[in-house]
Amino acid sequence: MMGQPTAIPDQNGTNSAASRPVLRRKRKHRPANSLSRGQTLLRGVVLIIGAFVFLFPFYYMLIGSLQTSPDTTIAGAFPEPGNLTLANYAAINSRIGLLTGLVNSGIFTGGVLLGTVVFGVLAGYALAVLQWRGRDATFALVLLVQVVPFQLLMIPLYVLIARDYGLADNYLGMILPFAISSVAVLIFRQYFMQLPRELFDAARIDGASELRLLWGVALPLVRPALVTALLVTFIGPWNDFLWPFLITKETSMQPLAVSLANYISNVASSAANPFGAILAGACVLAAPVVVVFLFGQRYFISADLGSSVKG
Amino acid sequence: MTRPGTHPDSGRDGERSQGELERGEVVGARHAPDSSIRTGGSKHPLHIRLFGRNPLGALFSAPYLVFVAIVFAYPLGFAVYMSFFDYFFTAPGAHVNRPFVGLANFVQVFTDPAVMQSFLNVLVFLVINVPLTVVLSIVLASALNSVVHARAFFSVSFYIPYVTASVAVIGVWLFLLNQNGLVNQLLGPLAPDPSWLINPVLAMPTIALFVTWKGLGFYILLFLAALQSVPGELYESAATDGAGKVRQFFSVSVPGVRPATVLVLLLATITGANLFTEPYLLTGGGGPNGASTSPVLLMYQQGIEQGHPGYAAAIGIVLVVFVLIIALLQNRFAGGRE
Repeated sequence: MMGQPTAIPDQNGTNSAASRPVLRRKRKHRPANSLSRGQTLLRGVVLIIGAFVFLFPFYYMLIGSLQTSPDTTIAGAFPEPGNLTLANYAAINSRIGLLTGLVNSGIFTGGVLLGTVVFGVLAGYALAVLQWRGRDATFALVLLVQVVPFQLLMIPLYVLIARDYGLADNYLGMILPFAISSVAVLIFRQYFMQLPRELFDAARIDGASELRLLWGVALPLVRPALVTALLVTFIGPWNDFLWPFLITKETSMQPLAVSLANYISNVASSAANPFGAILAGACVLAAPVVVVFLFGQRYFISADLGSSVKG
Repeated sequence: MTRPGTHPDSGRDGERSQGELERGEVVGARHAPDSSIRTGGSKHPLHIRLFGRNPLGALFSAPYLVFVAIVFAYPLGFAVYMSFFDYFFTAPGAHVNRPFVGLANFVQVFTDPAVMQSFLNVLVFLVINVPLTVVLSIVLASALNSVVHARAFFSVSFYIPYVTASVAVIGVWLFLLNQNGLVNQLLGPLAPDPSWLINPVLAMPTIALFVTWKGLGFYILLFLAALQSVPGELYESAATDGAGKVRQFFSVSVPGVRPATVLVLLLATITGANLFTEPYLLTGGGGPNGASTSPVLLMYQQGIEQGHPGYAAAIGIVLVVFVLIIALLQNRFAGGRE
């Protein structure tokens, strides 16, 4: 699967051809435990096909959003000067109000982020570092809560929040079910667990208070992890559809994901170029996350905290 | 983590027992408070025995506990309660009699062909999505783990679908999988008729493929982290014993990331069971003819659109039991001893 020996091109080659890679290998001082050439090639092909499959729809999204009339032929995948327009963005904006949607998404996301980071760090720190009665029970609870899918709670939460508390079409009602993420608590706990215990013992012997330990010792050490958790949490509410869809009926309160989804399922059939408008909306919805991701990608990808703590 | 020789306390006689205690707690973290009480019971004052060494921990966790009570525990109980009643919506403040119906909602769940269809759809989804997710993400993660050039580029391109809103990428896949879409144009005469998402046989597998594509980056990230924690010495000694790269992949990498595999299995299963956005938007509400309805979509239709939250809650409970059974089976066959 990862490169059979038969796939190596230079094994059946002539002497001179076979000796060249050996020479190169010697010059670069490659360790004995590295991939053969064929395996490297196969790995490259696998990765490039993967990257193409993952990236192409995004490229196509952008191209499609700029087309005057949808061109689904293979030639349509390449930009055509005569068929380019920004009219689709104007069309979707006149139907669902892109700016309102972006602002609503932003408020929803911001509220969730604030709650998740502040309360998640506190609970994660308490679970990882502090010794207190009830810690085991709380940790078991955090794990147990993972098992409860949001979809089981969806109906009772809707009844409670929208009907009983009257928080439908309200930011608080949108944020409340996601105000603290149990996953974030677990992640923060994991990060704090990786810090050497000696550090805390030493600081305690020096007379540091627990709050000071958290703020002055533990948090700076896990800062890269904190940024990672922040960025990962950002994705959730920004992209979330089901709950805001249930709780908001007024278009002025809907996050962009909800208003675009409503456009896809209801309005699209009556538009002149429905796909162009949908793709334009999709680009606007996707752009902030993609930008945040591209700028913060080293935090997403350097998921191994080990180096930052050990180094 | 806490090696005897390197522990700062181990040099000092008076602190030695303290150091021993700490080490015991690190190893058996789950039983930490108990062991501290047992070992140091006579030494520690009463308040430590009652509340533990850092009672502040309870305060730090209080907001989370309150949140769990309000958003998880109470609604969970409410869901179970509701499922035994013919619950319906009223204007706020109105008091009406909602009759107790016993198990009638559950009987209806098991006799409703639409519900059975939706559970079968989830099974079809899981059979396609879960193995594909595990295999593809472990292969791509180990390819990524060993690559030197353009590593960041590949990582970014794998993660991008995961970080983008479902609603946005559904838009472009609707365009791609359309009857005259690019995918069918490329396939030419091989294009399925009716097209992917309006084909009763292909609708659910297409959704499964879409979700695999969408979520794979996350699982690659998980496996990548797990691969990086596999000690390099294992690969070196495997190479010394004459194992090639392929052999190393199956004999070192795959067993080394087993805990991650179990996690991925579980997460992929839960994601599959909670499917809503994809059938709602990709196949226009579970079409054609219910061939891609998911239980959660049914819950939405029954509970909120048609106003039978009691029945919807019953579907939810059955769904959770269904997921638990699958998760237990997975854990039994893939989980090993832990």
